[in-house]
Amino acid sequence: MRILVCVKRVPAPGARINITADGQAVDTAFLGFTMSPHEECAVEEAVQLVEQHGGEATVLTLGPAEADEQLRYAASLGVAKAVLLPIDGPDWDPQLTAQAIGAAITDIEATDGAFDLILFGNESADSGGFQVGIRVAHALGRPVVNGIKGIDVDGGSLRARREADAGVEVYEVSMPAVLGVKEGINLPRYPTLKGRLASKKVAVAQVVPQGEPGGQRMITLLPAAEQVSATVILGNGPEAAGAVVDMLEEIGVLK
Amino acid sequence: MILVVVEHDRGTMSPATWEALAAARAVGEVHALTIGEAADGLVDQIGAYGATTVHQVHHDVLTDYGPEAWGEVVAQATRALSPDIVLATGTDRGNEVMAHAAAILDLPMVANVVEFDGENLVRVRWGGSLLERCRLDAPVRLLTVAHHAFAAEEAPVSAHAESLAVDLDPMLARTVVRERVERKAGVTLSTAPVVVSGGRGVGSAEGFAPLLELAAELGGVVGCSRAVTNLGWRNHTDQVGQTGTRIAPDIYIACGISGAIQHWVGAMASKKILAINTDAEANMVTKADYAVIGDLHQVVPAITAEVRRRRSTSSPRT
Ligand SMILES: Cc1cc2nc3c(=O)[nH]c(=O)nc-3n(C[C@H](O)[C@H](O)[C@H](O)COP(=O)(O)OP(=O)(O)OC[C@H]3O[C@@H](n4cnc5c(N)ncnc54)[C@H](O)[C@@H]3O)c2cc1C
Ligand SMILES: Nc1ncnc2c1ncn2[C@@H]1O[C@H](COP(=O)(O)O)[C@@H](O)[C@H]1O
Repeated sequence: MRILVCVKRVPAPGARINITADGQAVDTAFLGFTMSPHEECAVEEAVQLVEQHGGEATVLTLGPAEADEQLRYAASLGVAKAVLLPIDGPDWDPQLTAQAIGAAITDIEATDGAFDLILFGNESADSGGFQVGIRVAHALGRPVVNGIKGIDVDGGSLRARREADAGVEVYEVSMPAVLGVKEGINLPRYPTLKGRLASKKVAVAQVVPQGEPGGQRMITLLPAAEQVSATVILGNGPEAAGAVVDMLEEIGVLK
Repeated sequence: MILVVVEHDRGTMSPATWEALAAARAVGEVHALTIGEAADGLVDQIGAYGATTVHQVHHDVLTDYGPEAWGEVVAQATRALSPDIVLATGTDRGNEVMAHAAAILDLPMVANVVEFDGENLVRVRWGGSLLERCRLDAPVRLLTVAHHAFAAEEAPVSAHAESLAVDLDPMLARTVVRERVERKAGVTLSTAPVVVSGGRGVGSAEGFAPLLELAAELGGVVGCSRAVTNLGWRNHTDQVGQTGTRIAPDIYIACGISGAIQHWVGAMASKKILAINTDAEANMVTKADYAVIGDLHQVVPAITAEVRRRRSTSSPRT
């Protein structure tokens, strides 16, 4: 199987998210970077599918040169190839991002052959537009289902499972196909020392991204309304149990 | 006119749709779109939330949910009815269907808005930890409304139904649900009145036993942080947060959880929060309504014992 995974480099905030003075970005002065847990799981799924069915996995990102870090992280887990679509400055809008990724995939497939499966995260961690993967699938004319928490490949088609309120839905899609993956589909492995060393040697191919800007433009970031509550300390250690149960009775939880 | 895409599951309307209808009503005249015959019975319910016209779509490929088929219907309805705004629910299905419609129409789509009545929109980022004001240049505005951002208040009108013809390629059946394994009845993480959650501070998979006991005693369920799922101590279905489940219980009891923003965003809709943590400075503690400073391994069993003691000494429950 030939599998492509698309990931996005995002900051990894801790207790709160701070905005820069101009309101245009998350203040990353003291932050590390990562990718969405959904995308980490997409990478793991690609590696597992290649382990089971043979073939090769590729990781792709559109982002700053520093996104090399996320590409190599994926490589350290067993992804063989990496592609960077370098951009400077602010994030590209979802339509533009999808156009650039779609065009790059068409280019790569023209020389290396079609991908059987293209995996996206269900939504990106920072912008959460819920659309880039679906737009790419439409550009390529391939079937796509989001929210996938289980994939079984059987010959030229796959069964994909998704959790809904009423139960687990099963989709049957023939390949080539596109899926948006959710965290929980698997438990991602940690990179081994050997994997980390190997990832340093992976050549990162560069494709110049192109497309027309879409109709959504960010004006400014705003803090979410903070919940201000003066915490009532009910006590220290097990002796606080009485006060806790008083509180549970008071709020009507203990009937 | 604002066209609201009704999210339904085999004819049962989702509460998120009530919110979308109520949000739309505040902005203009509301029409609704129902997809598939199963939704034909929803006209009165939709009218209860203020939509005057319900456009019903029927077709062989619409026997069950299918993202591509539903997206194509929304795209065709948008072309046929020329609404100013098309509004869907900010849920798995709503966001997915709208993204398909946007891709087909080659229009921008803004997910999870919390304000959309002016020139500019406000939408949710980072799962709700951050907001973004944005501009949308488009002949039709395709939007989804963030879940829980608008109150689902009724404003009854008598709605009438109209049939809307669509032309669908049978090929669209390729992503229709093939099979469904129904969920067993019972409380789930997203609906439980009490959630007792454990984080890295629990220390092991076995360490969750006292949390399970307390949850059972209070008629609730157990949740956890991502640190816990990553360690393999609990299944991801228990995870609360941005990439887990959003919960809204009467009380959330967070044991040994530091309160990272991505966890907090999944728990912040809880009516009350009790943090149990050895660290009085932990974010979970400073943001909670109540806190106990101490070792969860001692505090949690003590609470369970106290609940049992009071129940055995009070008059027998009916
Ligand atoms: C894009 C993205 C999405 C994410 N999504 C989620 C998500 O959906 N859900 C989620 O939970 N996380 C999510 N995370 C991860 C999140 O950032 C944190 O890493 C995670 O929530 C930390 O889990 P924790 O609080 O259990 O662990 P820690 O941060 O290690 O905290 C452990 C806490 O336990 C306390 N403690 C230790 N021992 C005891 C004891 N004996 N008794 C009482 N207290 C004790 C400590 O004081 C500390 O406060 C996400 C991260 C990213 C980047
Ligand atoms: N800049 C990017 N580079 C690569 N993949 C991306 C990028 N932005 C979004 N994606 C992919 O598209 C998915 C959905 O993103 P979004 O539409 O922003 O929620 C993400 O989980 C990624 O898999």
